[in-house]
Amino acid sequence: MTDQSVSQGSLASARVALLAPVARRAEAVVLPIAALLAGFLVFSLFLLIQGKSPTDFFYLVYRAGFGTAFSWQNTLSRTAPLLFAALCVALPARLGLVVIGGEGAIVLGGVATGALGAAMLGSSGIVALPLMALAGAVVGAAWIGAVGAMRYFRGVNETIASLLMAYIAISIMNHLVEGPLRDPSNPNKPSTLSLTDELRIGDIPGWDVHWGLAAGLICCVLTWVLIERTTWGFAARITGGNIRAAQVQGLPVGWLILGFTALGGAFAGLAGFFEVTAVHGSANSSLAAGFGYTGILIAFLARHNALAIIPVAILLAGFEASSGLIQRRMDLPDATMLVLQGFVFIAILLSDTFYGRFKAFAPERWSTSP
Amino acid sequence: MPMKPLSRRGFLHGSAAAVGAASLGSLPFQAQADGHGLTVGFIYVGPKDDFGYNQAHAEGAAAVAMMDGVTVVEEENVAETVDVQNSMESMINFDGASLLFPTSFGYFDPHILEVAPNHPDVRFQHAAGLWSADMHPMNVGSYFGYIGMGQYLNGITAGHATTSKKLGFVAAIPIPQVLLNINSFLLGARQVDPEITCQVIFTGSWSNAVREAEATNALADAGCDVITCHVDGPKVVIETAAGRGSYVCGYHADQTSLAPDLYLTGAEWNWANVYTGMVQTALDGGTIPNFVRGGLTDEFIKMSPLGPAVSDASRAQFEATKAEIMAGGFAAIRGPLMSNTGTQILGAGEALVETDIALESMDYLVEGVIGSTS
Amino acid sequence: MNELGLWAIPIAVLGGAIRVSTPFLFVSLGEVLTERSGRINLGLEGTLVIGAMVGYAVAYLSGSPWLGVLAAAAAGSAFGLIHGLICSLPRVNDIAIGIAMMILGTGLAFYFGKPFVQPVAPDLPSIPLGWWSSIPQVEAALNVNVLFLIGAAAAFALWWMFKTTRIGLVIRVVGDSTDAARAMGLRPAVVRTLATMAGGAFAGVGGAYLSLFYPGSWNEGISSGQGLMAVALVIFARWNPVACFGAALLFGGAGALGPSLQSVGISQGYHLFFTAPYVLTLGVLIATSSTTRAMTGAPGELSITK
Repeated sequence: MTDQSVSQGSLASARVALLAPVARRAEAVVLPIAALLAGFLVFSLFLLIQGKSPTDFFYLVYRAGFGTAFSWQNTLSRTAPLLFAALCVALPARLGLVVIGGEGAIVLGGVATGALGAAMLGSSGIVALPLMALAGAVVGAAWIGAVGAMRYFRGVNETIASLLMAYIAISIMNHLVEGPLRDPSNPNKPSTLSLTDELRIGDIPGWDVHWGLAAGLICCVLTWVLIERTTWGFAARITGGNIRAAQVQGLPVGWLILGFTALGGAFAGLAGFFEVTAVHGSANSSLAAGFGYTGILIAFLARHNALAIIPVAILLAGFEASSGLIQRRMDLPDATMLVLQGFVFIAILLSDTFYGRFKAFAPERWSTSP
Repeated sequence: MPMKPLSRRGFLHGSAAAVGAASLGSLPFQAQADGHGLTVGFIYVGPKDDFGYNQAHAEGAAAVAMMDGVTVVEEENVAETVDVQNSMESMINFDGASLLFPTSFGYFDPHILEVAPNHPDVRFQHAAGLWSADMHPMNVGSYFGYIGMGQYLNGITAGHATTSKKLGFVAAIPIPQVLLNINSFLLGARQVDPEITCQVIFTGSWSNAVREAEATNALADAGCDVITCHVDGPKVVIETAAGRGSYVCGYHADQTSLAPDLYLTGAEWNWANVYTGMVQTALDGGTIPNFVRGGLTDEFIKMSPLGPAVSDASRAQFEATKAEIMAGGFAAIRGPLMSNTGTQILGAGEALVETDIALESMDYLVEGVIGSTS
Repeated sequence: MNELGLWAIPIAVLGGAIRVSTPFLFVSLGEVLTERSGRINLGLEGTLVIGAMVGYAVAYLSGSPWLGVLAAAAAGSAFGLIHGLICSLPRVNDIAIGIAMMILGTGLAFYFGKPFVQPVAPDLPSIPLGWWSSIPQVEAALNVNVLFLIGAAAAFALWWMFKTTRIGLVIRVVGDSTDAARAMGLRPAVVRTLATMAGGAFAGVGGAYLSLFYPGSWNEGISSGQGLMAVALVIFARWNPVACFGAALLFGGAGALGPSLQSVGISQGYHLFFTAPYVLTLGVLIATSSTTRAMTGAPGELSITK
């Protein structure tokens, strides 16, 4: 009797030792996926009430977003700016800051890229492109870094400030491309001078997707390393947990806020760089295409984890890629995707309340079971 | 362009149709599964019922949809980014569209120019673009209408209606088409009275309701008693101006119903005529010319019916001038003409007739217009 | 220039202030109510848009603009209720929920608003308070909408409510300290949810003003961030409803500056004039925010000032 129960006990503890780390990590994966599915479910009900078929809807999303090689290229070609835009939200979020004005940094990063490119039209791409990327990143960093500075030095709410800054950025862009930076030979769509092929970023060989995607993926991985594997990242995570505790411990909270907002802004600026060099060929009002706002949702869905941003961005890009087909086949308005995003966003935030509620994910509470 | 191992068009077009026919009987894939007829795609930058630019095109699309053997697919609110490239690809790949009308100016360069070379057997028809044989693919065409002539006629009715001798113009951004419209509106009015001036306010955006309303109010405050506009959706301007008791001239589409008593006339697109013509050419196996322009004579544009506030003298001058324009070779921009910054644009005897391509790169406001081009 | 000369600018700015300020006023009053209870609702931008759509649709279908205003208020309070209920759950971030509600509100408004872009709904009436003047510009500037007057009255009523009534006291206690409120036997979550609902109703009415009076039309570009600026304005107004009224007028006037400068011929760099309301809001935030916790008038439980 006694022997048996001891061996059963040791077996159980071995299982606990094996499963506990899995369970702890599983919560961060299972809950967001459950929330995503819950958001889909509510959206399906929304469609059903109007007599539209959710199966048709999701099937069309699958076809247009992921079902064919064309769909994948369509989806991936939208992913690059979303990766950068999501990083611009996720980095400050690790410090507990909700920055939602990445759109402004994208737009001005694009203008800086276009302006420098116009000034360097004769030079070779090897020289000019890195400088243009740097210009985009620096302007983006300064723009969102300024939001961080206002927050740190003046206590200005970063959410509102960043959004106001986005409106201001768009006006500055319009002013510059219609005024001082305007290409006189292209009067109908006010733009900076068209970049020569030498100053354009091409496609990844064999794909119809530009190099911005690869750059975005690398930036996501690097950000993950920064946050999860470096002292800076560790300090940031502590600050995000409790800013006052971090200050008491002597962490450089000010530098962290400035650094993380600036880095996020630099990524958004790079999104502008790739939009100009790989898509538009000049900076113009089309830069304000709303990537910054989709980036907010992606970052929250990914729980501000830079690696998780990758699949989430691809998923949302796929949804956006299917928006046209949904409009044409199901006779649904273009705002359908916005409604879906709203439901999913709320479901994800609602899931925050369930963290730590399920015993299955909390090994330390397993032993207390009767 | 790097090599593409998968020929998307060949591979996907086939597979989409095959899958559609085999397993999707109940799903909404019938459009291309029946395999014959012409599918025409229309893409709009804004909502297609905006009483303006997009509605004018959508009315054209609706006329095309009535034609036998034609399926129309539409998308609205498509941004001038990679979005529109994907919408075009999607219409080609999933709907089998072989004639596309991406209607916003900003769709042309780089987006249509990027997609068109991959689909040599699809025709891309673009509004307002400047297609040229040495720069652009042969399967791309551009078309537009001399709507400045419509604004010139608007100006004649405005010149008769105004008592303050001040006209108002709410404009989006200072690009050649907009400047031509402003100049034509004033020059039309000056045919009635050379003392008339026209105040212009730029809103900085093709669509921003509050700014359009504020601009209209600012014009009314400045004493302008006839107001017109060039923004994507004129609804707000027309309603606000009429609310202030100003006369209004319409643009893009017919806005009579928004201000029945104060609406003088309006410069409208007649895309229904243009689009059915182009689609018929495609159905007949003909070739649509790559560069098409047309005016009142060609029924590319039309005028709204004259409103009750138009006097007999106004009506007579309007009809006479319209007949002159219809006869061809008419020039609204003719010398001697000064810009509002004091430089000479045309000397005596010089003229830019409606078909002159130089008008599509206008960068000045004529003397009498209050406002600046930057 | 006509006989008014440069006087045209201040008159136009005054008229603009009255015309443009009403949505700012209603949204900021709603936000004051919500924030005084200790919660922030950033989703009022979405509520404003849904209010504009619902108000226009109901006014069009029923023929009565006032029914539209009521419907907008109802829709706004429904959104407030959702926000309030979700935020009552533990560990839910009220700022993030606000952003989500902003996306959902705008999405639903655009989704259901499609068929109402074209129809013309009846407008709200206005009162010609400028009848005494013979100058048409002044007359036009003082052509005041009833909602503006209601908003002004509401600002003073709210101020009085916070100062002297029991409801006002309850909201303030809940907003200043959850623990103190519990000790008094109050239920903070319920009070906050109700305050958020009432705040949503205000924002909905602000939206109805946009679509039913000025600019008086429903379309997808109807709001250009008024809902968000109003939230910023509340901080500037130090959570005081009467100060919100003044701040709203100031911001409305700033919005009228761009067009009125152009109407006297100043149009160089017009894009920059149009940023005046945003730059002003930001400047005011920088000037009036503080890194120390004790912001005068700030509710103690408010997440943005913590």
